[in-house]
Amino acid sequence: MTLFFEILLLVLLIMTAAGAILVKDLISSVLILGSYSFLLALVWAWLGAVDVAFVEAVVGAGLATVFFLLTLFGTAPKDTRIRRPAPPLIALLGLPLLGLLLLYSAEDFPKFGNPESRASVHVSPEYLKNSLKETDTPNVVTAVLMDYRAFDTLIETGVIFTAGIACVLLLRRNRE
Amino acid sequence: MIHAHDSTIVRTMSRLLIPLIQLFALYVLFFGQYGPGGGFAGGVMLGASLILGTLVFGPEAAPCLLAKKLIHGDGIGLMIFAGVGGLCLIGGGEFLNYSNLEIPWVDTDSRRRYLGILVTQIGVAVDIAVTALLIVFSLSLTNNSEESHA
Amino acid sequence: MLEHIEAALQRPNFIAFVVLFLWGFFIMVAHPNLVKKLIGMYLLQTSVIFLLVTISAKAEAAAPILQGSDAVQSERHQIDPADYANPLPHVLTLTAIVVQVATLGVSLALVTAIYRQYGSLDEDQLLKRIE
Repeated sequence: MTLFFEILLLVLLIMTAAGAILVKDLISSVLILGSYSFLLALVWAWLGAVDVAFVEAVVGAGLATVFFLLTLFGTAPKDTRIRRPAPPLIALLGLPLLGLLLLYSAEDFPKFGNPESRASVHVSPEYLKNSLKETDTPNVVTAVLMDYRAFDTLIETGVIFTAGIACVLLLRRNRE
Repeated sequence: MIHAHDSTIVRTMSRLLIPLIQLFALYVLFFGQYGPGGGFAGGVMLGASLILGTLVFGPEAAPCLLAKKLIHGDGIGLMIFAGVGGLCLIGGGEFLNYSNLEIPWVDTDSRRRYLGILVTQIGVAVDIAVTALLIVFSLSLTNNSEESHA
Repeated sequence: MLEHIEAALQRPNFIAFVVLFLWGFFIMVAHPNLVKKLIGMYLLQTSVIFLLVTISAKAEAAAPILQGSDAVQSERHQIDPADYANPLPHVLTLTAIVVQVATLGVSLALVTAIYRQYGSLDEDQLLKRIE
């Protein structure tokens, strides 16, 4: 039952991604991308990552769609009917080959859902065991993000600040 | 710039929804330590409430004027975050080691770290809210507009 | 050969990741419209984040928020790490999602600036107008 539900969600995910790619009108494509973000948030909540699903639903389905639509209305709407040229041959041959190589290496990945996989044995059991005692915070993801790995979050805040400044500098109208 | 929307349904629902969105954003921000949420989701929701007000009520009404004043404070979130780290340096320890924060009425080590996490989350939320507003304002200026950010 | 196919079929998340990654990459390379390339970039970034979260999932595990008797006193009760999902990839993912939306904002600002300067969003017409 649970595996069937998960495969259904994955099939829906690929169908909405295909819809966002194959549709000719750009505004419809952007709105289907918003629903793709929402389905992705559902898949992540199903896998147990509730914090990530929250942020993806707010940022992906909300803010990214608003950015795309503002760009499409700021540039000319008549450019949104697009034509289909022939794709380059190297991409058509090389990318499926890359896909087959990646799938060939699927055997080396640990089995899905294994608690003894390599990603879960070194530092993260220590975080799970000690974080409530040391920080009074039941949400382990927030404690790790803001306390144990606070440098990453500081530099990421700097990256967001730089992105805002870059947008203003690119699109400023000079007063002459 | 975007002109005001003239449909009564959209204006009334936005008048009801904008304070609700801000209240929920503050709840998500402060309860990020007990449940999912935290600084990122709360900050984006705060920015989204002002974006909704700008898009619906136009460039002359209150949300847009408030947003234009708030945009000038873009670096404040980063300064709050780095400032907490600097306070930890002043307290005698390493940068961003919250157990060295010197606050007189907070005594146990875990309460100091709790407070450090809370203040840095507020800093991240302010930074993301102002950046979202800034990107939306930059993208929505049209060709025949005489306003600019200097 | 057969065990490779069976191993790939037992991991449906990995197959979904490979399909999304390569298709997004193909759209970035092959399509002439600039905004469509950015849609491909968005699919590419979210597929990689999907792989990160899949690594962190554990079978029949709860979300990494300590609750119930574990939340009250964590010195007497030993927390079993197999009951909770792995929190480290979630931290990397949160940073990656927010950086993704910041990159998207700057790319869209670049596209708008290109449109204001040259008047078109199509790659072949832009190459003609630049000369």
